[in-house]
Amino acid sequence: MDIRINTPLTREAARALNAGDSVLISGEIYTARDAAHKKLTELAAQGKPLPFDIENAIIYYVGPTPAKPGQHIGSAGPTTSYRMDAYSPALIALGQTGMIGKGMRGPEVVEAMKAHSAVYFAAIGGAGALLSRCIVDSRLVAYEELGAEAVRKLTVIDFPAIVAIDSRGNNLYDDGRRDYLSHIETRSE
Amino acid sequence: MRTVDSALVRDTVKRLCIEANCILPCDVREKLEEARSSERWDSARRILDRLVENYQIAEATTSPMCQDTGVACVFVELGQEVHIAGNLTEAINEGVRLGYNEGYLRKSVVGDPLRRENTRDNTPAMIYYDVVEGDGLRITVAPKGFGSENMSRIAMLKPSDGIEGVMDFVVDAVNKAGPNPCPPVIVGVGIGGTFDKCALLAKRALLRDANTRHCDPFYADMERRLLERINALGIGPQGFGGRTTALAVNIETMATHIAGLPVAVNLNCHVTRHMSAEL
Repeated sequence: MDIRINTPLTREAARALNAGDSVLISGEIYTARDAAHKKLTELAAQGKPLPFDIENAIIYYVGPTPAKPGQHIGSAGPTTSYRMDAYSPALIALGQTGMIGKGMRGPEVVEAMKAHSAVYFAAIGGAGALLSRCIVDSRLVAYEELGAEAVRKLTVIDFPAIVAIDSRGNNLYDDGRRDYLSHIETRSE
Repeated sequence: MRTVDSALVRDTVKRLCIEANCILPCDVREKLEEARSSERWDSARRILDRLVENYQIAEATTSPMCQDTGVACVFVELGQEVHIAGNLTEAINEGVRLGYNEGYLRKSVVGDPLRRENTRDNTPAMIYYDVVEGDGLRITVAPKGFGSENMSRIAMLKPSDGIEGVMDFVVDAVNKAGPNPCPPVIVGVGIGGTFDKCALLAKRALLRDANTRHCDPFYADMERRLLERINALGIGPQGFGGRTTALAVNIETMATHIAGLPVAVNLNCHVTRHMSAEL
């Protein structure tokens, strides 16, 4: 059963989600990956305003392919999240409540998520053609010079994701694997 | 001596870049569909359903399956009786430039590893030349994404580590990679050669049909045993648990030094792309 959530994602809504929940996200989300995260955290360290409102924001780790004529965006699946680990705690402390990516996160990110009630969603890696169908608008926000790595505001409708790590630190990568392995062990006994 | 115009090389590389990114090879499709029907873990099967749906949409709309359209790895088997009219390397790079531009593919190459400025046309390609007998010319374009490339590993084992040492290293590489390389993966393994040749063997192993086992029964058996061990890890599609962690293990080997046992593991995601043409 899918849980529908809307952006901005309040801390209260974030706390209600549990690792393993399937969600459909609707509303505005922001794209940023390695180079944009570096710039955003540099601004934050200097106490300067960010190019978008980070309070209750969801950031999607994606560098889409160029849109063809008539398209809003090209293929747009998640990139591997651990490369953003160095930057995420600072942005979470500033108010970011959601991250969409794929793969494991470091302990420093999970600690920041627990301290500030943030959630880490996983989208299906490598399903870029499928996921782009849920993106109905894309607007440049900052860092055009970064090309595919620029910050964009996306409008999404029913964007499918799974809660990989919840605001209490429960982790589907550990739990899902453990559940599967204990299931086949019970079966073979 | 046969003459091939470099413009033909350029146009072929351009076409292969686009096709490779939008059309999943038959062998990988078959493996994915096979995994979907044999996977018993519900959440894993649901993800495999989505992966099949994704490549079907990509092919129907000529869209890239994955937004990471990769660095263009171009393998050239050049017959020694072929003369190329024009600059071969430049023709390949021009083909990549045109293919990534006209195919609406992402430009993911930075010109310098530390200064990191995007070259904006996905060049230079990673080109591998092999001079072979005859007057044939075969070009394979294999776009390589870095989600999986970043999880690849190499080790200079001791001869005494033997087959068990090699197998443990391969399984450990897949285990440590966990969800990051977008499983189910294809595992390319290189054994032997020198440090650099070993890594290249692992990359070449990813080009082999996922349904074809090694021609030497000893290594074919090792491929099967490795696949069995990897699919007992429980990582599953996208790392959320399940049997389907790898679709295939392909091993390539060559001679090595009396003192060494190099082993390299090059991982590729479920979007394992390669497209070839004979000119």
